[in-house]
Amino acid sequence: MEHTVHQTHDHYDPEASKIGMWLFIFTELLLFGGLFVIYSVYRFLNPEAFHLAAEELNRAIGTINTIILLVSSATIAMATSAIQKNNKRQTLLLMLVTVLLALTFLVNKYFEWGAKFGHGIFPGSEHMIQTMSKGEILFFGLYFIMTGLHALHIIIGMAFIIFVMVLTARGKIHSERFALLENSGLYWHLVDVIWIFLFPLFYLIH
Amino acid sequence: MEKEKHHIVAFPTYLWVLVGLIILTFLSVGITSIELGELTVAGALVIASVKTLLVLTYFMHLKFDKPYIRIMVGFVFAVFLVVIIITFFDYYYR
Repeated sequence: MEHTVHQTHDHYDPEASKIGMWLFIFTELLLFGGLFVIYSVYRFLNPEAFHLAAEELNRAIGTINTIILLVSSATIAMATSAIQKNNKRQTLLLMLVTVLLALTFLVNKYFEWGAKFGHGIFPGSEHMIQTMSKGEILFFGLYFIMTGLHALHIIIGMAFIIFVMVLTARGKIHSERFALLENSGLYWHLVDVIWIFLFPLFYLIH
Repeated sequence: MEKEKHHIVAFPTYLWVLVGLIILTFLSVGITSIELGELTVAGALVIASVKTLLVLTYFMHLKFDKPYIRIMVGFVFAVFLVVIIITFFDYYYR
């Protein structure tokens, strides 16, 4: 009897996936890069106002959020190692920790923004128009846009990681096939890298 | 297609990198608390760049990837740097 082998052509190419993810990350870098250029030019044009406005930001919350993101980056990176050792439980646990840390970051952000809103600092606020200089309004405009866009990336990153967690739990991602997990990690590290620059530029430099 | 060996990074490596990143974070908070004038901005940005380099090298696996990926990433960062420099030539000499 002859054997006919039906091969299902399953296009799995981890290297190509990785290049694709990097290309996407480049577009993200240029998106935030453009905003960083705008920030530096306005800061150059309004140095005093930017100093004054940055005093309003809470360094402690900024520092805590930085450490939260750094730890979450380490845990997702460790998840990539764990899946390669075929340790599913550990992989899922590390990813869960990452998602929970991301959630903590967002909760902090909520209280931080809430406090600003409470002080009448939000886009289009009458209080700002009456009491602040043009430069300070610019600073807060950039603050809300850049940290807001970053927070949106945190939410997308969380959704991405949860999606990968579901696939890992179902056994679709395993030690022989983990490019998606690696790519979700790359995305998460990108979010971390952007925050590494947002933190000193908004919270530290007065 | 041959199976390629994928470098598995050991947990302690990641933890040491994390410790380094956290120390650098506190260092940047400390350095910006002292009045150094122009140097404050420079110091904070240098530390942020070192942190980014650590994240790219270890967390994003560039150290263990093929050289062409490293070259691509380096190229994009270089393009961004050039854009910043050209923009500031414009504003500085107006």
